[in-house]
Amino acid sequence: MSNLFDLLVAGLATGAIYALVAVGFTLLWQTSQTINFAQGEFVMLPAFLMLAAMHVGAPFWLAIILGILLSMILLGLAFKMLLVDPMMRHGVLPLAIATMALAIGIKEAVKQFFSAEASPFPSIVPTGDISVLGHAVSLQSIGVLVVAILAVFGLTTLLNRTSLGHQMQAAAQNPTVARIIGVPVERMILLTFLINAFLVALASLLITPIYLAKFSSGEVLGQAAFIAAIVGGFNQVRGAIAGGLLIGVLDNLAASYVSTQYRAAVPLIFLIVVILFRPQGLLGRAEERTV
Amino acid sequence: MKSTLLVGALLTAITTTGAFAQAIKLADVAELSGGGATVGTNWKNGIDLAIEEINAKGGVLGRKLEVTHADSQSNPGVARAQVQKALDAEPYVLLGPGYSGSVKVTAPLAAEAGIAQIMGGEAAELTQAGNKFLFRTSFGQQSSMPKVAKYIHDDMKAKSVAVVWVNNDFGRGGRDVVIKELERLGSKVVADLSTEAGQADFAADVGKIKAANPDAVFVYLNEEESARILKELKRQGVTAPLMGETTLIGQKVIELAGDAANGARGHVGLTTDAPVDLIKGFRDRFSKKYNYVPDHNGLKGYLAVYMVKATTEKMGKVDPKAFADTLHGLTIKAADEPGILMDVTFDANGDIDRQSFLVEVVEGKQVVKQVLPKMK
Repeated sequence: MSNLFDLLVAGLATGAIYALVAVGFTLLWQTSQTINFAQGEFVMLPAFLMLAAMHVGAPFWLAIILGILLSMILLGLAFKMLLVDPMMRHGVLPLAIATMALAIGIKEAVKQFFSAEASPFPSIVPTGDISVLGHAVSLQSIGVLVVAILAVFGLTTLLNRTSLGHQMQAAAQNPTVARIIGVPVERMILLTFLINAFLVALASLLITPIYLAKFSSGEVLGQAAFIAAIVGGFNQVRGAIAGGLLIGVLDNLAASYVSTQYRAAVPLIFLIVVILFRPQGLLGRAEERTV
Repeated sequence: MKSTLLVGALLTAITTTGAFAQAIKLADVAELSGGGATVGTNWKNGIDLAIEEINAKGGVLGRKLEVTHADSQSNPGVARAQVQKALDAEPYVLLGPGYSGSVKVTAPLAAEAGIAQIMGGEAAELTQAGNKFLFRTSFGQQSSMPKVAKYIHDDMKAKSVAVVWVNNDFGRGGRDVVIKELERLGSKVVADLSTEAGQADFAADVGKIKAANPDAVFVYLNEEESARILKELKRQGVTAPLMGETTLIGQKVIELAGDAANGARGHVGLTTDAPVDLIKGFRDRFSKKYNYVPDHNGLKGYLAVYMVKATTEKMGKVDPKAFADTLHGLTIKAADEPGILMDVTFDANGDIDRQSFLVEVVEGKQVVKQVLPKMK
């Protein structure tokens, strides 16, 4: 039973990271019909930006700030202006393929300019355990969960409680009408790209101490978050959060109670079941194609 | 005048050719570029150092040793072509390659030519295909795992063991041997956990280890995964002693795992940190010549050449056809041939038996804790 508790905590911590990344998927999809297959690499890159900052002598806290700012410029602003905007007019599929190319490009560039080998990465949460309900739970798991929950809470507050959030939702739901009533749709779309870049940088900061900084570490994350977004509902932020947590827990339980060899297959089987019986995702809403 | 010059030139040619005919020709094919460049360069430098020493002392049976180096580019296809080219020149013995994959594709060529091949590969299967011309310079898994099992049973006094391994040829090969040996010795395997190469999250695997509550954990993964599982073992508070191979206690693992690597123990076949005077001497001579401290591949290359010397002197003649037969079953003692560094015995498959070392990570440094004797 204690094993189950440990698995649940570890699963929720991993799932919280998936949720952060999955939320980015849904944000980009809702505002600009962008399916970003480089999302995993977007999580891998900020860690290397932070490592590079530390390499030139910046202390860890400054490296974090620089890493997040640089990520927002590169993975938010530059990504939108240099890749999404020019490709968008050619449709969803060419854009999706362009993001696949971007994923390969980022991976190879990191391999070329940093290293093909893994590097250690400092943790923002101290190592050690605390006792929760009589169980020793690692501070790292708790830290990851708390930061992820705060980020998601902040995001939902922004979207639901502020005028800016309402404008973003309007721009996502019906850009034409939003434009007529004076919402600066382009700026709102840019804002979602910046928010996505912030979320992936945060995920990078949380996950890299555990996964190590390596050029290929985005592959697993990107896939898990993509599955989480579909399972939860690609058009709902709350769906992506639920999907992320669910996949994280499911993965850990499958590895422990089904088989380690088939652990990667279990979330995929779950995905197929969801698509067959609830294609809009567990918390998603059915929508018609926009084109 | 012209004719005198011609005679002189002819004489020079004859004497030079004579000298070449006298020399014993070795061919080396190694990873001098590409991903295995560190392996191949250490191996090559080890060979060159040994040859220089042997020739300075008058060679083997009064004949000098000569070696040609060819680059496999760390690519099995290129290795095969280079080995074929080297064999066409009819060398006395073939040295290399270092990568098991390259050895696998070149071994049949050397066997067909009837030339002994002394190589650096460590995969278990290499010497299990019935090749009568292939010899190792270091332990294969079938030699190292029994030592690991014996240490877990005798020294760690573990009655129950959890075995974690990576699901590929390397991991499965090691796992099969170690489990067989542990059970033979009477240690019970209470958890047998396969993991994937590149796996990032070890929470569930470590949870299983914790639930099995073993006396010791044997970890047989690649370097990065070793670092990740060490961190997770520490995170989940697993206190059972950890045992592994070079891949658990290597410098890269220590760098990646940080504190979590402390206390991990591993079996190491060859290390230049070994508390053996002859190895220390080798390390000093190598460092002086090349300005860097060699890794175990430098030792392997060096030993390969001294294997050639000892075997040839045992035969009392330079006979490429009889070389392999002589080396099978041969024991070379360091007292008789200091270049071999440690007493070593070759079995009928070309596998070696030699003393090895038990290394523990203490405050982020590898410390040789114990010398494990030869099995037989």
